[in-house]
Parts: sequence; structure tokens; C-alpha cells
Amino acid sequence: MSDAEKKDAAEAAKAGSAPVGDQSADTPQSVTEAAHEGGSQNVPATSSPAGGPEVVDVRTGLFGVRGSGDTSGFGGLVRTVAMPGASPRPYGSWFDEVVDILAEVLDEQGVPFDHAVGAVVVDRGELTLHVAAEHLLTVCRALRDDQDLRFELGLGVSGAHFPHETGRELHAVYHLTSVTHSRRLRLEVAVPESDPHIPSSTPVYPGHDWHERETFDFFGIVFDGHPGLARIEMPDDWVGHPQRKDYPLGGIPVEYKGARVAPPDERRSYN
Amino acid sequence: MAGPQTPHATGAPLPDDDAPIFEAVGGDWSDIAEEAARLGEERIVVNMGPQHPSTHGVLRLMLEIDGETVTEARAGVGYLHTGIEKNMEFRTWTQGVTFCTRMDYVAPLFTETAYCLAVERLLGITDDVPERAQAIRVLMMELNRISSHLVAIGTGGNELGATTIMTIGFTAREEILKVFELISGLRMNHAYIRPGGVAQDIPPGALDTVREALTAVRGYLKQLGDLMLANPIFKGRTVGVGHLSLAGAMALGITGPVLRSAGLPYDVRKAFPYCGYETYDFEVPTSTDADAYARTVLRLEECYQSIRIVEQAADRLQQMGPGPVMVGDKKIAWPAQLAIGADGMGNSLAHIKEIMGTSMEALIHHFKLVTEGFRVPAGQVWQTVEAARGELGVHLVSDGGTRPYRAHFRDPSFNNLQGVSLMCEGGQVADVVVAVAGLDPVLGGVDR
Repeated sequence: MSDAEKKDAAEAAKAGSAPVGDQSADTPQSVTEAAHEGGSQNVPATSSPAGGPEVVDVRTGLFGVRGSGDTSGFGGLVRTVAMPGASPRPYGSWFDEVVDILAEVLDEQGVPFDHAVGAVVVDRGELTLHVAAEHLLTVCRALRDDQDLRFELGLGVSGAHFPHETGRELHAVYHLTSVTHSRRLRLEVAVPESDPHIPSSTPVYPGHDWHERETFDFFGIVFDGHPGLARIEMPDDWVGHPQRKDYPLGGIPVEYKGARVAPPDERRSYN
Repeated sequence: MAGPQTPHATGAPLPDDDAPIFEAVGGDWSDIAEEAARLGEERIVVNMGPQHPSTHGVLRLMLEIDGETVTEARAGVGYLHTGIEKNMEFRTWTQGVTFCTRMDYVAPLFTETAYCLAVERLLGITDDVPERAQAIRVLMMELNRISSHLVAIGTGGNELGATTIMTIGFTAREEILKVFELISGLRMNHAYIRPGGVAQDIPPGALDTVREALTAVRGYLKQLGDLMLANPIFKGRTVGVGHLSLAGAMALGITGPVLRSAGLPYDVRKAFPYCGYETYDFEVPTSTDADAYARTVLRLEECYQSIRIVEQAADRLQQMGPGPVMVGDKKIAWPAQLAIGADGMGNSLAHIKEIMGTSMEALIHHFKLVTEGFRVPAGQVWQTVEAARGELGVHLVSDGGTRPYRAHFRDPSFNNLQGVSLMCEGGQVADVVVAVAGLDPVLGGVDR
């Protein structure tokens, strides 16, 4: 499938599947029936008229097999993978309050909220702020220090690789908890694979030290300003970043008594 | 230092000027060596582990010592990394339980529960999980908390040279493992808690066994308390050792008994309840001493609190009577109607009869669910539970497929090991052992 075709399919999926209207902000836990049935291109629960679900991948065919000369017709299957997109206001629960206070604090520091936070996503009762990499530290500091936000416990950094999201393939995800207010939120920073630099959050949350090393180890995201960004799980001289999607699991077939089991990345897949 | 082109840390035995030179390196070792050479100081750097009986597994501690005083302590991990998170991306959502239970092998039921709660939130079926399944989960988790704390106290005592503490601890743990074996079929690596509920209902008579085990464990806990808490040698080794203030613990994201020993009563069971913990009556013990002794006391007290919760859960299960332990949705519920057959194990004969003899659809359905698995709507969730060692977090990302797109576990042992430097520097070499035992890391969880 060429890039142009892929883009068309993505557009079509976006236009055809954006649910309108009954977006229930006060019950963020609910997953829409359509999404639940699984037959609806897996459009996630919270999609909005504003942003719509964010298409991250378009897959074709059955079992992930390509170029097999399949004439059964299943090769024509198209499935879009869409993550929950930006949510419209009101977000529900305490989310509006926190976003408002954060905007205020950022404004005081001369950082426009729109520049720092790209999208606010509310899905399954959880608040995600998509933060621009260059403003991550300002946002973290505001979230930790303001008495009405007070997300004082940084629980770690995780990563995710979306190879089809051109220009923002690598995502770093920060899990913050406010013990004071019993709240949780998530920061998400996306950077391109070609320039995977994010400022380190260790000046604000020193406990993110090993978590950032782990994310660097597995995804190759470089956390600028980290006190010692070395591999932590893999050996120091390891080549590659194992949790990236283009890094195979195993990669060699298992042979036993003449039978051969293909490595997992060459087996058929059901996604 | 091994060059970038050299894949292995072993070289050719023959001398060759062109051949790369290999040395045992890793972690921060080369940095320390270079710095020592540059400063020209005489420093002694001791490599404690990764094969050392006092490091709770394959933990490597790099200690810089001046006489008996530790001037710098660093921890090196990664020796037990098995790529469980990567493996989970290649298995169905249900099979993921079988993988993640192998992370923290001393407290596997917490990892299982956290993972299953996260999958349920992705599916949007949290409220559909039967109450009976939630009560069983609570029962199993709290029993696991006791057994895990008993290992922490027992091995900690063993490392001080007090073998009796270890033998009592492990004898008491055995009582709980017997219950696990009765209920889940296995002593560890249970894979008992499944997305949507639990694999099987508790067998008849299990609650009586649980109550008997609790009585026995209570006796052993009293023995341990009598043996340790007023013992001048034990107090001499642990009081004031491995100090970590509240500010330090919060900054490093350290949770669990170590954080509570510094005075903050932060417990996920109270702060963000799950599995109906808000309906159980229990307390969160705290201390302000922030040392290894306080952590031992807290672990013992937490065992007593867990016993209270287990008793409540057992009473509830008794009152509830038999009922479903898995969500009603047959598109998610694993068709695991297990029963002991003629061969000693296997699916229940009634279920096999139904799918093989009466309903082709049921057979297809069973086949699809077991091989392909169920689909989970796209999105991401973050779910935490209060594990024995602290806050255990699960970050799951789904792309709408039948397998996790990304599964990340924030293991409390991994995070808490960052506190080693703060707790050990300035103390004696012998206190490093006590401090690490107070953190109670399990390397299977650290490295995953």
C-alpha cells in the first residue's frame, strides 16, 4: 500500500467514524458500545467532534501476512488503528479544574498553555496531557509545586513506539500522582525517531532517574540533562532498542527434532 | 572496554595487537575506575554481587569504601532481564497473566491483579466483574502480602546471621503457600487471576483451610515479634540504620513500607481503592523513625492487618455462597471450566461434551477465544495496586488488537533500589546488607 493510499484510508476512516453528540463528560469510564463490539474499526470511546480519534496506523489483509498472492479476498480488509483524540470541554470530574489552574500557572510564567499542552485527552476516567517536549520541565514544575495541583509523586516514565505516526514515533509517558489531592494524571511527550530528544524530568522528579534510563534503553529516547543516561537492563554494548516495534522478538527460528517454529515476528498475527 | 564492533564479552585467547581487549565491565564500573585513576587517590571499590548471598538475588552493589565506611554506593541491575514486557506484546491479553506473574515471583498475585484490572478498564468491564471474584482477589492478595513480608523479614534476619528468624518466617510462609496451592493449583507463578475475574472458584473447604492457616501464621508472627523486636542484637543492627527521610522517599518516588516508615500513610488501597478495598476495615500502620527497625515493625503490623482483611474476605465469601467468578460476557471469559478428569487434570467433561458433541458454534468460539483471544478497544490506561513492596503500576496500551500493544510495569522494587545510595552512604559496610534487606527488592520484579 503506498503512502498516498494509506493517507486516503486514514482520512476516510476519520470522516466515517467520528461519533457526534452523546459524548458524556461526566462518565468518562464508559466505553461506547460501538467500540465495545469490536466491529467498528475499533474506534475508541472518547473521540470528539473537535479532534476526532487520532489514526495511528492503517492495516490491511488478514493475519498480518503480505505479498502471499492471497486470492481469498481477505487481503482487501482494511482496519484503522485510532487512539482516543482530544476531548472537548467540559472534561468532567476534577479535570477541568486542574487544566484551568495549570493554564493559569503556565501563563504566569510566560508560557502560553496552547504552546505547552497540545491536547487534553480524557479517556476511561484518566486525564492525559500531550506536552511539547521543550516545555516539559515547566509543566512538571508547575504540576509539582502549585499548591492546588501538587502532583508531588512521580511514579515513573514509560515509553511506546508508534512507527506509523510520522514525525512523532516515540512517545514518553509520565505517570504523576498527587497524594495531597488523591489525583492522577499522565503526561505524554511525542518526539520523532530522527531526533529523539526530550529534556530530562529528573530535576523535578529525581525518582525518574532509573525510569528514564530504562526508557532510553528500550526505546532510544535521549533524555537531555539526565545525570547518567546509560543502559540499565540491557548490556552496555547492546545494539538497538528492544522495545521498538521494528525490533523482533527472538528473531531466530526454534528447531526441535526436525520441526521448525518461526520466530514470533514471522508468524501470522491477529491484529 | 569492549569496542562497538565486538558483540561478546569474551575474546580470543591468543595475543594479537589488532584484537580488541575485553574486560568485565558494566553499569558505572568504568566511570568509577576512570575517575579513580584521574584523581590518583587510593580508593577501594568493592563489588558486592551480583552473586552475593546478601543481595536478594542478582543485585550488584558497587561500594566505594574508606576503612569500614561506605563513601559511595551504587546499585547495578539488569542481570535478570528476560524481556517479559516485550514477550507480552506477542501473546494474547489472557496469556499476559502467565508472563507478568513471573516478574515479582515473591508477590505474583499483585502483578496479576494489577494487570487484570488494567485490562478490565481498557475493556470497560470493571463494574461487571463479579463481587465474588473481587473478594477472592482480595483474599489472595492479602495472603500474598503476608507471605511476601515473611520472606522479607526471614531473609533479612538470615542476612544478619539470625537463621532462626529465617526458619520461622519460611515455616509460616509454607502455611500460606499450601493455601495458594489448594486454590490456584500452584505455589508460585499462579496465573490465577484473569481478565474478567479469576480462573476457578475456590475449592470446597478452602475457607476452613484459610482460617486454619491464619491461626498458625498468627502464632508464627507472635514468635517472630517476640524474637526480634526487643532483641538487643537485632535492635543494635537495625535501629537508625538505612535511614531515609520522608523528603528523600518522596523525591525518589519510593512507596510502600519504606515510605510509611518515614511517616506518610500513603497506601493505594486507601488513596485509590480497587477490588472493593474501601469496604474492608483495616488500618495503615506508620512510623516516623524511617530506619530498618521501623520497617521490620511495620511489616509485622501489616501482616496482622492483612489477616484482618483476609478474615473479612473469607466471611464474605462464606455468606455469598457459590456464584460466578468470571464476567458473564462469553466473548471475554476464558472457557476454563476445569475439572479433574481420569488423567488427573483437564477441562471438565461436561464442557468438552458440549463443545464436541452438541454445539459447533461453541467449539468455534472456544477455539477462537483460546487461540486468537479477545479484542480490546484502542487506548491506554494506568492502574496501580498496593503491592507488598510499594505501589505497583501497570501502563497498558492497546491498538484494538488481540494482544497488548505495549505493557509496562512500574515495579516498586525497581524504583525503590534508587534509594540505596541515600540509605547506605556514610554508613558501615555491614549496614548496607541491613539497608538493602529493609528495601526488600525482588530482582525478578526489578529486571522483568
